[in-house]
Amino acid sequence: MIFSANIKLALPRQARFLGLRQKGKHSLTVTSDRERVVDKTFLLESSQFQQFLEALQRQGYAVMGPTLTQGDLRYGEVRASADLPVGWRDEEEAGSFRLIKQDDQVSFGCRVGQHSWKQFLFPPDVLLWQARREEGNWRLKVPATAEPPYAFLGVRACDLEALEVHDRVFMRGRYLDPIYQQRREKAFIVAVNCSKSGATCFCASLGTGPRAATGFDLALTEVLEDGRHFFLGEVGTKRGADILAALTHRPATATEVAAAEQLMAGAARNQTRMLATAGLKNFLYDNFENPHWDKVAERCLTCGNCAITCPTCFCHNYRDSLTVTGEVAERRRFWEVCFSVDHSYLHGGAIRPSPRSRYRQWLTHKLATWQDQFGCLGCVGCGRCITWCPVGIDITQEVRSLRAAASLETNKTAGEKEHGDH
Amino acid sequence: MAPEPEKLTSRPSDANGLLLPQPFRVKSRRRETADTFTMALAPASPRVEEWPFEPGQFNMLTVYGIGEVPISISGDPTEPWRLIHTIRAVGAATRALCRLAPGDILGVRGPFGTTWPVIEAEGRDLVIVAGGLGLAPVRPAIYYALAHRAAYGSVELIYGARSPQDILYYHELERWRGRFDVRVHITVDAAPPEWRGRMGVVTKVVAQARFDPSQTTAIVCGPGLMMRFTVKELLDRGVSSDSIFVSLERNMQCGMGLCGHCQLGPLFICKDGAVFPYSRVKNWFEKREV
Amino acid sequence: METIEAVLADHPFFKGMTPQHLAAVAACGRRVQFMAGEFLCREAEEALDFFVILRGSVVVEIFSHRRGPLTTGTIEEGEVLGCIWFDKPFHWHMDAKARQLSRVVALDVRALSAKCEEDHDLGYDFMKRYAQHLVVQFRVAKLQLVDMYGT
Repeated sequence: MIFSANIKLALPRQARFLGLRQKGKHSLTVTSDRERVVDKTFLLESSQFQQFLEALQRQGYAVMGPTLTQGDLRYGEVRASADLPVGWRDEEEAGSFRLIKQDDQVSFGCRVGQHSWKQFLFPPDVLLWQARREEGNWRLKVPATAEPPYAFLGVRACDLEALEVHDRVFMRGRYLDPIYQQRREKAFIVAVNCSKSGATCFCASLGTGPRAATGFDLALTEVLEDGRHFFLGEVGTKRGADILAALTHRPATATEVAAAEQLMAGAARNQTRMLATAGLKNFLYDNFENPHWDKVAERCLTCGNCAITCPTCFCHNYRDSLTVTGEVAERRRFWEVCFSVDHSYLHGGAIRPSPRSRYRQWLTHKLATWQDQFGCLGCVGCGRCITWCPVGIDITQEVRSLRAAASLETNKTAGEKEHGDH
Repeated sequence: MAPEPEKLTSRPSDANGLLLPQPFRVKSRRRETADTFTMALAPASPRVEEWPFEPGQFNMLTVYGIGEVPISISGDPTEPWRLIHTIRAVGAATRALCRLAPGDILGVRGPFGTTWPVIEAEGRDLVIVAGGLGLAPVRPAIYYALAHRAAYGSVELIYGARSPQDILYYHELERWRGRFDVRVHITVDAAPPEWRGRMGVVTKVVAQARFDPSQTTAIVCGPGLMMRFTVKELLDRGVSSDSIFVSLERNMQCGMGLCGHCQLGPLFICKDGAVFPYSRVKNWFEKREV
Repeated sequence: METIEAVLADHPFFKGMTPQHLAAVAACGRRVQFMAGEFLCREAEEALDFFVILRGSVVVEIFSHRRGPLTTGTIEEGEVLGCIWFDKPFHWHMDAKARQLSRVVALDVRALSAKCEEDHDLGYDFMKRYAQHLVVQFRVAKLQLVDMYGT
């Protein structure tokens, strides 16, 4: 039986990974329970990818995407398709990251490395202002916007969610950050869907992936099978549609769409880690003295790798300096992590002197207090903190251990009540 | 197309002026105690004539090239053309601030933060308990209360300091004490024999002061320990935790809830506080190393 | 001139005490006036009186042979000074000196504890107030030790 309906859905985040989409610029037309044709999809042959890059460059974008520099996977300028890590794959485990070369032409075989997109919108070190001593006063100068608009090529669903989280932090609070806002508004987002999850990924359990649902100008799924190599694309915004108009492309067929869908479904299925979020905030609020914090404190080096690689961490600090002649003062802003002792320093001492308290601060902020502050979870399931922790601390495991320790306490107390004092 | 080197313009960014310090000139400087000074500032740029603020708020003060610190505003809110700040020299930036002389320029961002409930307390009894340097952030509230004295039942100020040399705004306290419509109690923890005043911790005075707990709004400000124990006394006396207001301190760097430093649980002290009703912070305040 | 009962009724320590109990307590009391510099009590003497301060200011000191009198605190109008004991008298462990003209009601501790033995309701009421007073004294003494105004 063939039917069609425009389905308006208010979707919980968990429903996203099932492939359903909120009603937006494009509607979901269901023609049967097996074949779906989605409006605004298009097909780009791999041979046309270079044209795509050039279309972006002609618009004035500096295209930033995954590149391999001296064996290091990082986001750099992508001028040509060959700049992408063609044929490479990443392999992660807790405390381990490897790059493996395959014998194929896949351009987006690497998911995420230790870098995230936050380095472009929320730069690790940026000049805020300079002041010059003039006629008994100080005259302030602010740097003009010098960098060109960015096009982010290859934003995974988790990182897309991280952009939304940073939008809340930097643009929707009581005060906004003009540096973030300026760069964000101009940034063109090309999402890339994952076809295989890494061992440390857990976006599916958070409903933040593996499919990129919203927040992109264009989204691509790379398909390499049966001798064909193409990108199944999806238009997200008019800005995306405008770029597409300059390219040779055609609508996607149902088979092509299905091929992409299958890859994404596979990516969701092969995830092994998960974070249960039900009641998580209140659980953590009630467990600030959970005995497990001591256990993780024994391992945590407070190196801050997790916070530096995390795409949603936003702590920063400011540094004022003066030239030798004392004529020019400047203020710079730089990333800082809550793992340092002086992060909580208040004349006389730090509020959080112990590693235990600092790890607890990071985790409870990310998973609990963040929700009260910003109305969303601070974690997007990208797995970077697990991969890049030198001792392999796994945030999903820590939450499980906290819950286990808590129920052990509850059972103990209940047991004592049953059997009386002894 | 690599990013070009940073260029500078002389027109400040419009998007959010609260990121950029405004120049102010030091008009006067007075020593209060061995390491504490009060400065009066006036705007030093033609664009700024006044700096309206409410009691309890703070500014971020910049010594160009040295650093920036949060300092409560201690002046009269009805005189916004003059900013008064009382600063204790404890670190590099505050030491540099305390060395500024009349005529020197510093930068001001603000005002930031929440306010003392002087308006909400109208119709009730007002009890203000301050300790040490904590008298500075509550002084604007005292000015307001005295200017609107008829709106309150009784107004009581309880002030404690470590020793007579640590008493802030000595002459002003004497003047307030001379008024017939306000009760002022001053006590020190330790004193030489010549001290004619009360000696004992400020919490003892709170325990014994004659105010009606059911009608009282209490404002408490001072070192963390002092506030904690004063709040205990007030709660023991029967003042509701909704009616006790404290001013919390944390490492504040931006004043805008963006840098992440000043968090106490979900609260950003700089923008959700620093003034809070005790009921709002009670659970977090009681946790250790949070 | 007001009766001792009336001045006690007005004093925070006895706030809310019933008239009968107040009368019993007042019967153990006598008015005393101390001039500036006069001692209410001295260390090692028997603590025969419990002082209810009506007016003035009293300084509590511990005398050091090397450093002279060391002030531990002051006691103002509305406060009390003393210990309640039952079989054998306690001895004062500090000096208390009037800093200015001070008026007190001195309650005879022996008489007062005898009345408390006779009338347990009075005893319980008085002890509740005394216990609360001691709690405050302990609290403030410990706070004084840690220097609240330190960083």
